[in-house]
Amino acid sequence: MSFQFTEEQIKRYSRHIILPEVGGVGQQKLLNAKVLVIGAGGLGSPSIYYLAAAGVGTIGIVDFDVVDFSNLQRQILHNTSRVGVPKVESAKMTVEALNPDVKVIAYNKKLDKSNVLDIIKDFDIVLDGSDNFPTRFLVNDACYMLGKPLVSAAILRFEGQLTVFDYRNKETSPCYRCLIPEPPPPGLVPSCQEAGLLGVVGGIMGTLQANEALKLILGIGEPLVGKLLVFDALKTEFRTVKFRKNPKCELCGENPTITDLIEYEQACEVRF
Amino acid sequence: MQVDRELDLKGEVCPFTFVKSKLIIEQMEKGQVLRIILDYQPSVENVPKSMEMEGQEVLAVNQIGDKLWEVVVRKVK
Repeated sequence: MSFQFTEEQIKRYSRHIILPEVGGVGQQKLLNAKVLVIGAGGLGSPSIYYLAAAGVGTIGIVDFDVVDFSNLQRQILHNTSRVGVPKVESAKMTVEALNPDVKVIAYNKKLDKSNVLDIIKDFDIVLDGSDNFPTRFLVNDACYMLGKPLVSAAILRFEGQLTVFDYRNKETSPCYRCLIPEPPPPGLVPSCQEAGLLGVVGGIMGTLQANEALKLILGIGEPLVGKLLVFDALKTEFRTVKFRKNPKCELCGENPTITDLIEYEQACEVRF
Repeated sequence: MQVDRELDLKGEVCPFTFVKSKLIIEQMEKGQVLRIILDYQPSVENVPKSMEMEGQEVLAVNQIGDKLWEVVVRKVK
């Protein structure tokens, strides 16, 4: 792989280039990479910010919301002056101010059956930082169908979860539905609007998502495939739970019944 | 000694002396030799040390003038 960095790029990425596992070759891989982040909120803020700082050349951001004061306790891409601005626009402004090497593609829309495949298809990796089950299942099924690696994280109260589904290797990687076959019934799992969330948990889990994405791009280390990382902020403890591909999984099992995208109903639309 | 590539890093300091040397080495063929010219004394120790840590072979470190040094490296990996 050949590369030609400007003086500014050599300085900006020098701490990467020095690493034997990265070097100029790895930095060029990052600049060539295209990562899609679902949600510019508590998880998307840190993941997008670190991916941009790392020089990931193309970052797609999907969000249909506008910045609200209630977001600013954790969503560090946004700030007080951006209240009322679409989150994707606010995110784009913050990223462009950080690193002009990054091209941001903003999707100010809600993902649905009609657009999800088209949006995901041109990206190398997808990070799910959404806040609801219908989006999580839609994104998972679309990534599975397109063979895109999915870095999935979730946060609630003082707890965070993280795992990687590597759909480039469908034979070996479990899928989201192996872990959670279908959305839980309405009311069973509270949203963070109902249950609350320590803002920094999003910072920790979103940063770990960015870490997994960078490893996948660089082809280094071991991605968190078949392992669920659970973070307890109160005890400051990480636990790793292994899980396997479910042979009876309706999406990736031996006799799959899910062959089309499914739009589930959002159980709770409460807003504060 | 045959030198395949020469890099003049006068005016450069750590860590950019190593960073720029590494970027050139990465794009050379295995077995080729790079001669690096330095005028920043700490780099005269640091560049060879870092090159060896990356698995490259340091062939020579010589003072070639007043506050002027050469580091000669063969690309091994």
